[in-house]
Amino acid sequence: MKFVDEFQDPRLVKGLLKEIDALASRNTTFMEVCGTHTMALFRYGLRAMLPKLVKIISGPGCPVCVTPMNILDAAIEAVHKKGVILVTFGDMMRVPGSMSSLEAERALGSDVRVVYSGLDSLGIAERNPDKKVIFLGVGFETTSPSIACTVLEAARRGIDNFKLIAAHKLIPPAMKALLEAGEVKLDGFICPGHVSAIIGSEPYEFIPKKYGIPCVISGFEPVDILQSVLLLLRQIVDCVSRVEIQYSRSVKSDGNPIAKRYISEVFKISDSDWRGLGRIPASGLVLRERFEGYDALRDLDIELKESVEPPDCMCGEILRGVRSPSECGLFGSSCTPERPVGPCMVSSEGTCAAYYRYARH
Amino acid sequence: MAPEERILLAHGAGGKLTRQFVEQDILTRFRSLILGRLDDGAVLTLGDMRLAYSTDSFVVDPLFFRGGDIGKLAINGTVNDIAMCGAIPMYLTSSLIMEEGFPLADLRRILNSMQDASAEANVEIVAGDTKVVSAGSVDKIFINTSGLGIVEKEVSGSNAKVGDKIIINGFIGDHGVAILSEREGLDLKVPVSSDCAPLNGLVSSVLSATKCVHVMRDPTRGGLATTLNEIAIQSGIGIRIDEVAIPVRDSVRGACEMLGLDPLYIANEGKVVIFVSPDDASRVLDAMRAHKYGADAQLIGEVVTEPKGTVLMRTRIGGERIVDMLVGEQLPRIC
Repeated sequence: MKFVDEFQDPRLVKGLLKEIDALASRNTTFMEVCGTHTMALFRYGLRAMLPKLVKIISGPGCPVCVTPMNILDAAIEAVHKKGVILVTFGDMMRVPGSMSSLEAERALGSDVRVVYSGLDSLGIAERNPDKKVIFLGVGFETTSPSIACTVLEAARRGIDNFKLIAAHKLIPPAMKALLEAGEVKLDGFICPGHVSAIIGSEPYEFIPKKYGIPCVISGFEPVDILQSVLLLLRQIVDCVSRVEIQYSRSVKSDGNPIAKRYISEVFKISDSDWRGLGRIPASGLVLRERFEGYDALRDLDIELKESVEPPDCMCGEILRGVRSPSECGLFGSSCTPERPVGPCMVSSEGTCAAYYRYARH
Repeated sequence: MAPEERILLAHGAGGKLTRQFVEQDILTRFRSLILGRLDDGAVLTLGDMRLAYSTDSFVVDPLFFRGGDIGKLAINGTVNDIAMCGAIPMYLTSSLIMEEGFPLADLRRILNSMQDASAEANVEIVAGDTKVVSAGSVDKIFINTSGLGIVEKEVSGSNAKVGDKIIINGFIGDHGVAILSEREGLDLKVPVSSDCAPLNGLVSSVLSATKCVHVMRDPTRGGLATTLNEIAIQSGIGIRIDEVAIPVRDSVRGACEMLGLDPLYIANEGKVVIFVSPDDASRVLDAMRAHKYGADAQLIGEVVTEPKGTVLMRTRIGGERIVDMLVGEQLPRIC
């Protein structure tokens, strides 16, 4: 398949592994920030192919995992209200809230629907004028432009029964928070290519400048990831640190100006609560005043409650890269993909789910 | 306080929850050694006859899709379940449960398609039932079929032997992606047709080519990954497969890449996985490739001793990973 096969070519993989092996001379730890990278590393069996000196740990880049429990509880409270259709991405269905999940609520008769695009919720809203159609929007810079478009489109078409629970988050502030906390020693970041397709490379510049840590913006195929590891190792060998773009077929240094314009037209930046990381300044997106009419929580008069994490669940430490899933006492025993305790076991991009599905033996 | 347990869509997805439900709630009540084998159908002895008996219900949405419809699916689904027992399907029954107001034209189209499918599979519908319920009590039409066949060669999911070669008769994921591409809201114009087909003819030619077939199973809901896991567990063996060898169309791979799905978990309706002694693998491949439903047959893996109950895959780039059973629902109402 064009544009995929080239990046899964076993000969290229072999060559890159050889070069990586030659350059790796001491223990290095790289963090991939994004759940898509976590999954790709396991799906292709890449982790075990890398030399032992190169360790790759997973960071906080799984949108489902970092969405705090109180957002889920709010969504569940919303579906209990009369005349509400809740629409969301499939991954959110099985995430446990403090009492229930959207999947369980659907089984109890609530109208919960899964879509692939936020825009689909507008069609549902138009077909159900007597209902409120609430979109539970989670995700990073990759999904927020399409949600911004959905809000703009709702305004243009006058679809007033569409409402949004905006739980969108920004990646660079979370990386800053991790570095400031100083819990893990990192030699480099593998940054998510699709996020940079929107925001470009500039928002990461503070990382090499202030913290002296190399960053490579990477694609998601095996060759992309290995090439990014190689670029990071070269920076270390050359004693430099800068932001490099490996995923140049999709990423420009200034990103996608149109998408960025949509985001800033609809959303403003605010402090935001992250599961496992706590409140991070300027790390979330909320609706601007002129779009407040689309704010579901305000419309339904739902207040966000304090999130209480399940005891013994290590999702927080795992999201910060401090611990690996196998160190969690619940992993594989009382927490499995069928009966998840924490979100890292539910999401298809979650670190625990990846370890469990692909590498538990 | 634990919330009251309810049936979830995932209980019917053919993956882990389905298996747990069957083990905990069905097998504990209906203590039958035959049922306990958990094969696609039951193999029974009546007098000196060995018979295969199976049943299946069909709730696919949409009713009509590229490459088939609910009627064709209902006939072929049961025909295949019987064929997977190593039997020649003979007689079928069919029950229709319809919603008041369902267009007769659609019903006739479905019945015509059932007529064509039974003719192709060479089975006779010998009993049936018709129920109509008030609007909203079912979604348009649900169909149940059951069938009876004569056992030619006994096979079972618990019969895989270390060293067996694993063969599949063609491209995986076509049915699931064909359904997906017609679902409202996805707007995915993928030129893929469902692989819905009767496999009894293909199975007969394989069984006449070799006596050493140990397992046959059709990877429907839950896809190839789930079927291989079931066999690994039932037989207490390990399975190794090779990603490069598994036939997947570019269009199916592309659709899966885009939607974040894995073709290994996508449903098929005209595929069979065969476990055969290594010496006879090429004979099975030749027999399959000579048949119209096996032209793209491939050897995809083999049975190993360890790790037991586990499927491991050599990835496209030469890495290795576990292939687990389907957890949750990948896509509801595909059959």
